[in-house]
Amino acid sequence: MATVIIPTPLRKFTNNTARLQVGAGTIHSTVEELTRNFPDLRKHLLDEGGKIRSYVNIFIGNDDIRDLQHEKTPVKDDTVISIVPAIAGGTGGAASAFSKEELARYNRHIIIPGFGLEAQQKLKSAKVLVIGSGGLGSPVLLYLAAAGVGTIGIVDFDVVDDSNLQRQVLFGVNEIGKPKVEAARRRLETLNPYIRLNIYNTHLNSQNALDILKEYDVIADGTDNFPTRYLVNDASVLLGKPNVYASIFQFEGQVSVFNYRNANGELGPNYRDLYPTPPPPGLVPSCAEGGVLGVLPGIIGSLQALEVIKVITGVGETLSGRFYIFDALDFQSRTFTIRRREDNPINGKNPTITALIDYEQFCGMRAVEEAPLKEITAKQLYDWQVRGEKFQLIDVREPHEFDIVNIGGELIPLGTVSNNSDRIARDQNVVIHCKMGGRSAKAIRELQEKFGFTNLYNLKGGILSYIDEVQPELTKY
Amino acid sequence: MIIIEPTVKQLLIDDALDTFPDECCGFLFGREEHDGTRIVVDILVVDNSKAGDKTRRFEISPLDYMTAEQHALNHDWTLLGIYHSHPKHPAIPSEHDRVAAQPYFSYVIISIPDKMDRASIHFRSWLLNNNRQFEEEKISDYKLV
Repeated sequence: MATVIIPTPLRKFTNNTARLQVGAGTIHSTVEELTRNFPDLRKHLLDEGGKIRSYVNIFIGNDDIRDLQHEKTPVKDDTVISIVPAIAGGTGGAASAFSKEELARYNRHIIIPGFGLEAQQKLKSAKVLVIGSGGLGSPVLLYLAAAGVGTIGIVDFDVVDDSNLQRQVLFGVNEIGKPKVEAARRRLETLNPYIRLNIYNTHLNSQNALDILKEYDVIADGTDNFPTRYLVNDASVLLGKPNVYASIFQFEGQVSVFNYRNANGELGPNYRDLYPTPPPPGLVPSCAEGGVLGVLPGIIGSLQALEVIKVITGVGETLSGRFYIFDALDFQSRTFTIRRREDNPINGKNPTITALIDYEQFCGMRAVEEAPLKEITAKQLYDWQVRGEKFQLIDVREPHEFDIVNIGGELIPLGTVSNNSDRIARDQNVVIHCKMGGRSAKAIRELQEKFGFTNLYNLKGGILSYIDEVQPELTKY
Repeated sequence: MIIIEPTVKQLLIDDALDTFPDECCGFLFGREEHDGTRIVVDILVVDNSKAGDKTRRFEISPLDYMTAEQHALNHDWTLLGIYHSHPKHPAIPSEHDRVAAQPYFSYVIISIPDKMDRASIHFRSWLLNNNRQFEEEKISDYKLV
């Protein structure tokens, strides 16, 4: 009989026996005999395919069977076989080491069985790009930052508007008029000082998307329009990044995980497997046009954050290959199965898209070419005032802002400009201002599109710029 | 609970400091009481056989492992576990530690945040649970009588 020496860690599966006697034959027959007699040993010695695990070494005397005849190595009656577990470890990357404060901060994650320090470390090492910091982006960013995602990128070109605050819980009244990415960064820094935040105060477009996305492991798409949605989808597919998608409209929300490669290496579907081409322009209105219940992005964005965390950590089953719809009115949830399509234009059998395209045109939006706005600087406005030029000055900020400081403009808050279009002069130049220039630009576009105004000037830099340049004694806020 | 007496601790600290900034590694021997308390009575220092960056990784050769098992049998001790150091890192097991970890073994990690600051050196011990996740095992200096 040959002898097998069982290593200490496996002895609990062999009734605490260190030395076992087995019949002669080969290593293959020895392992068969061992796992037959002690079935619990099986998963420790063999992988799912029945092969000896890579981290289990088998030695005959002082020789590794890998240097002999592997599993066919003969076993004689006087052979001494040692099963030797591979012993290794180490600190790993410097980036994933936690400070005492971080361990305390993430304690409620670390103590969850099946999540633990391992998943927390993956979160810390992960880089997530959140596209859009509005309704969906607010909860996604808050929860990902709170959860300890190590690097978070935020893309948004917009400024905070009072009408955002009904659902965009990242922001407060103090941020109105400020770029969303900057307001978001300030808020998230106070929430979690242990993470890195990268902000991109820009329109994501075909020129910059690949450069921005390539720095990240996971993309979270919370955009509110079709051109950007297709852009993000295609860029994610071209770069091979998982794209956690969510969208909301009125009372309904959707979530899925696109372009996700599972542990078996199988790639899941993407947005173009679901919708190869966009709907005609105008058929599906945006939230700005159709409205949205404020709490809905809170629900759906939280689900999106959940899926981002699952994609990063590998914990649980992601929504890859499934499409989730939540109807807030009747409290119905439905989950559809979605599959990859052979005719997917970006990664089907015969892909026709091999680089990013013009998504505005693709979505039929080029027809309404946006003309640049006419602008006036604070200095020019002062010149007009000094010269006694005839013009109307309109202030589209909110009343509480107007009370803090104003420069004699007529108050018509942004949300009410359309209803008050008859108060806006057509027979003379009109200068429209807000705090920094973002809301007044919106007001001008709205008035031009709906009512055909051509005499509107945007005050560059808003009232803040006017105070800086012309009347520094006024209160800044 | 695992009991590591100050004399044994000093051996571990000596090895960790000698090897710094590389990771040191070795075996822990002793006995296990009926209540599961482990008492470390001796250690065996072995080479870190990792080819490549030894400041962030350790590996123990199979021959050293077999020597350790034989050493335990010769002294009628139990091979209780493995120790290794984390230079400039906390005494928390990394994913590399977890993936390669064996059931039953105590994994004692010696953290050396700063070689010059002896007071900052500290120990923690970890055991795999049935979900293959590490759980901390309390370290004590002496056995309570």
